[in-house]
Amino acid sequence: MNQVAVDMREIRKSYNGTRALNDISVHIHQGELFGFIGPDGAGKSTLFHILTTLLLPDAGTALVGGFDTVREYGKIRRIVGYMPGRFSLYQDLTVEENLKFFAGIFKTTIAENYHLIKDIYGQIEPFKNRRAGQLSGGMKQKLALSCALVHKPEILFLDEPTTGVDAVSRKEFWEMLQRLKAQGITIIVSTPYMDEAALCDRVALMQKGDFMAINTPEVIVANFGYRLFAVKSALMYPLPAALEAMPDTKAVYRFGDAVHYLNTHEDKSAEDIIRHLQVHGHNEVTVNQVNPTIEDCFMLLMKKEETADANT
Amino acid sequence: MKGFVLKEFLHIFRDRRTMLILFGMPIVQVLLFGFAITNEINNAQIAILDESKDEMTLAITDKILSSGYFHLASVLTDRNQIEPAFREGVIKEVVIFEPNFSQRFGKENQAHMQIITDASDPNTANLLYNYTNAIIRDYTSKSTQLATPPIQIGIETTMQYNPELKGVFMFVPGTITILLMLISAMMTSISIAREKELGTLEVLLVSPLKPWQIIIGKVIPYILLSFINAVIILVLAYSVFAMPVRGSLVLLLLESILFIVMALSLGIFISTVSKTQQQAMMLSMFVLMLPTILLSGFIFPIENMPLPLQIISNINPSRWFIIIIKNIMLKGLGFGYFWKETLILVAMALFFVAMSVKKFNIRLSK
Repeated sequence: MNQVAVDMREIRKSYNGTRALNDISVHIHQGELFGFIGPDGAGKSTLFHILTTLLLPDAGTALVGGFDTVREYGKIRRIVGYMPGRFSLYQDLTVEENLKFFAGIFKTTIAENYHLIKDIYGQIEPFKNRRAGQLSGGMKQKLALSCALVHKPEILFLDEPTTGVDAVSRKEFWEMLQRLKAQGITIIVSTPYMDEAALCDRVALMQKGDFMAINTPEVIVANFGYRLFAVKSALMYPLPAALEAMPDTKAVYRFGDAVHYLNTHEDKSAEDIIRHLQVHGHNEVTVNQVNPTIEDCFMLLMKKEETADANT
Repeated sequence: MKGFVLKEFLHIFRDRRTMLILFGMPIVQVLLFGFAITNEINNAQIAILDESKDEMTLAITDKILSSGYFHLASVLTDRNQIEPAFREGVIKEVVIFEPNFSQRFGKENQAHMQIITDASDPNTANLLYNYTNAIIRDYTSKSTQLATPPIQIGIETTMQYNPELKGVFMFVPGTITILLMLISAMMTSISIAREKELGTLEVLLVSPLKPWQIIIGKVIPYILLSFINAVIILVLAYSVFAMPVRGSLVLLLLESILFIVMALSLGIFISTVSKTQQQAMMLSMFVLMLPTILLSGFIFPIENMPLPLQIISNINPSRWFIIIIKNIMLKGLGFGYFWKETLILVAMALFFVAMSVKKFNIRLSK
């Protein structure tokens, strides 16, 4: 494929003896929209800090844009745009002052790269004289993205850009990312929201400092390998326990307003499940076979890791 | 770089608290130190117990009361009244003449007076005694010419550089030092720690900015503002308290800038070792404020300190700066008299600049 934007090999990082990153490797291609998906504490931010040269790994090497994150950090800092997890702009400066400042430290001007941010900055430009601290969550996000983009970076690092942002703004935000990608910028994003995985070209599912899978969302879903049932009953609370009791149960977990159920036997049908539950005193049982999502894949992979951990 | 300095100014001007500390505090402090904390005596309340009431005691009483330093609060008639008079708390001193004062003086060539002062405040008591004593001695030296003069040694005292022993002369140099130290060091350390705390430093680090550029950008606004502050304090001292600047004003300002730079680099150094604004503030307070006040010779003379403290005071930059400004303002001395102190400040400034550039993390410290 294309040239490599990020080449990370066997990166390890510990804090006070606790492993945050567990000898993990990943390749990200130029022009790709790549997502690190995982819950809080999976190690996403640590990974971003290492890739943006803010932290030194304990072991392993990482190249960003072809430069080593340890030795050539200065060169990397010129070509990347970084948007940290929490809002890190100057709250007491206005929208325009913030943007001007960040353009200034990269020795460029707003006018020079206006075409790049027009799409995003245009939406908050009417409020350009408002203090950044008084913006809504969605607008703050747009401003932060504008500031990270204003110097025309080759690679854009967005650490949980949509955390704490409303659903509409999240959707808008991803649309903006797609348009930026079309301009040839490599975009590396982390998120705890599984539903956002489908919007990435490729994703890495992260859990406790490990990658459980790295692939396109489609392939990950296609590799699910089990029939997935969404189960509902009049008594939702004891439902998972009742399902666990079925023979050859693979996994049971709450999913939205239903409980998702997997059985190791291919031929287990919805009727089998209904019958089992009725024996255990559940009424109004509905069982539907559904298509797995990334979140289902994540739950299953997590389960696998746990059993693997337990066995070792 | 220009953008950075501009940004820093905006931070300062938009934050009301910062502005208050920057410009309110110097004025309040100078006025406070100048007016409230004073060693001078004006209209001290005294009582007189005159047991002879002859022409001599009346003349002395008259002289004491007309000096302007004392005000007669009550006339006592009995020694038993002295104790209650002090207890009331108004009277600070009682002057007592023995019976047959001028008779004795005529016969024995000596008579006795007693001065009792309220020494619950030892400094004031001492001052009152000295003032009264001086007045009486002045009287006797004139009146003894009538009688056979005993052998006398006339002592003429001159309080060099500050003949009226004005407290302001002592406090202004100290106040300038404290304020420059506090504003320069504390404000910069807090402003850098704030960037750490809010996460903006993360973004600054992932940019082509070099550590020294961030530091210089931070420091320039504070150099300017601290300098303006120093000028405000000097103008106040000059106009309100008639504090002279006997030496070169240019030299004084240059030395102030040197001290400001030193304090700023100290502030940056503090911020490199603290993670939060709060930590930076506490460190500044303990590391800077207390030694500046207590160990600089501002309030307590260094020569009177125990040896270990004297040695410690050597690493206190304020100590050297106070010597320099006293030399310029009060003694009107030239550079030749304090080049050593200046050199020490330069060395300290260089040391802290080097330390902070070295300690300033190019990455996140975790």
